[in-house]
Amino acid sequence: MRKIFIKSLIELNKKKNIYLLINDLGFNVVEPFQKKFPKKMYNAGVSEQNMMGMSAGIASEKNHVFAYSIGNFSTFRCAEQIRNDIDYHNLPVTIVSVGSGLGYGNLGYTHHALQDFALMRSFHNILILSPGNNSEVHGALKYIIKNPQPSYLRLDKDENKSEFRNSSAIKPGKIYKIFNGDKKKIILTTGSVQNIAKKLNKNKYSIYSLPIWGKKTKKKTLNELKKYDKIITIEDHFNDAGFGSWVRECFSNTKYKNTIINKYIDQKVINHVGSKSYLMKKFGPKG
Amino acid sequence: MKQKDLRLLKNIRINILKLSNKAKSSHIGSSLSIVEILYVLYFKILKKKDRFILSKGHAALSLYCTLFEKKILNKKELYSFGHNGTKLMAHVSHKVKGVEFSTGSLGHGLPVAVGKALFFKSKNLNNKVYVLISDGELNEGSTWESLLFACHHSLDNLIIILDNNKIQSMGPVNNIIKLEPIKKKIQAFGASVFKCNGHKIDKIIKIFNIKNKNKPKFIIADTIKGKGVSFMESNNLWHYKNPDDRQLVKAIKEIKIKYA
Repeated sequence: MRKIFIKSLIELNKKKNIYLLINDLGFNVVEPFQKKFPKKMYNAGVSEQNMMGMSAGIASEKNHVFAYSIGNFSTFRCAEQIRNDIDYHNLPVTIVSVGSGLGYGNLGYTHHALQDFALMRSFHNILILSPGNNSEVHGALKYIIKNPQPSYLRLDKDENKSEFRNSSAIKPGKIYKIFNGDKKKIILTTGSVQNIAKKLNKNKYSIYSLPIWGKKTKKKTLNELKKYDKIITIEDHFNDAGFGSWVRECFSNTKYKNTIINKYIDQKVINHVGSKSYLMKKFGPKG
Repeated sequence: MKQKDLRLLKNIRINILKLSNKAKSSHIGSSLSIVEILYVLYFKILKKKDRFILSKGHAALSLYCTLFEKKILNKKELYSFGHNGTKLMAHVSHKVKGVEFSTGSLGHGLPVAVGKALFFKSKNLNNKVYVLISDGELNEGSTWESLLFACHHSLDNLIIILDNNKIQSMGPVNNIIKLEPIKKKIQAFGASVFKCNGHKIDKIIKIFNIKNKNKPKFIIADTIKGKGVSFMESNNLWHYKNPDDRQLVKAIKEIKIKYA
């Protein structure tokens, strides 16, 4: 999804106040942006804390900053800069993380992003953008560029094979249909687990994607979901404080008694050698 | 020193003492060590288009008292310091008028200042960015990360002031994590380094006015923690303690004599 991200970022940078910061990552991905906007892209070097602090500084001067890195680096390494400098000041920085879930399978534990939702969804202002296909990447970017705010864009490392339609902006908290099936029972995904959902869908439930969500969209999502009797969530993240548990929170303290089932990555320390497909088969969501 | 300078420096210090006593707040030593630096910035140096970040956010009281003398905060606002339900907390907050950025966790201010300076430079704007850091803050890796970046990008619109009061939370800086030789270290990173007495306003002004090209300016301001009150000076106890009523009277009396 990295290439569609950069392509869309260049295309949508109409106001030209978008800055892209990287921390010495993004080889063979970010160069087209740098070529087009040479004074708008900076390599912070291997220093995530500084990159996030600088992003806040640039954003505080009425710019929208995209801070790009691999999932674990742009989140946990600089969590306090995100909390204090970006989220507390409510600054338009979009933290971009590449390699959602087990995307960097072979690179091992240090490069897996299996707890990032837990961290990012705990912040007050951060909106989570978790697109599941190329059109959703474009649509999510369209929304966030039009409505700059603290946000977390979580991308799959692999290029998505889905057909790209020049999509309209995706709305926060709204679910989008991927497969038309059962009217009352659905599978709900976020991020690039749509193919897994299709494979596991033996009972022909409808499949929906929720590409933009977060603390502020719970009410909106509840309204979207309350009409379904059964909701199965699928994610490439641990269950604790992940997407499925967020969906459960949407229903907490309400009168609704919908059945919710969460499918997620096994909550184990994954330190096996393995490609993404191998690790997903072994530890990923199952039927 | 001119009469007006003396009067304002006296007022700032007295308000710091009174508010620390009233709110039972800590960090009085750190607040007293930067009075002259903040005074020079706000009354002699900063232009409207410039930015200032107090990275050592625990010295918020000093900034609030300066903003009061600058008439950015009124007396009612200043004297709400530390009261439940108000905005003037003990670490500097951007929710308060005149404050550029909230800090409190060390090592955050310089990266943010570098981001601002980078933006102004990328747009060929001549705004300057000033940031005041503490010596304890030089323990933070993020401070050095951003200094590397600022020097690499020749951010000569960035002015870093180090409040070199030589005492951090648990004791003397050089007993905890040795920082010296600070000047050589910063020079080796690529900044233009200047040293001055951080309590002499003419010396501070002189260094602020030196033109530097292609390098960030780094000012080591030698200061005394608790400056102005004999029993607080260089005494780590006043990183935590606040003066009781008797100590307050004694401290104010000393300040009134020194800044008469």
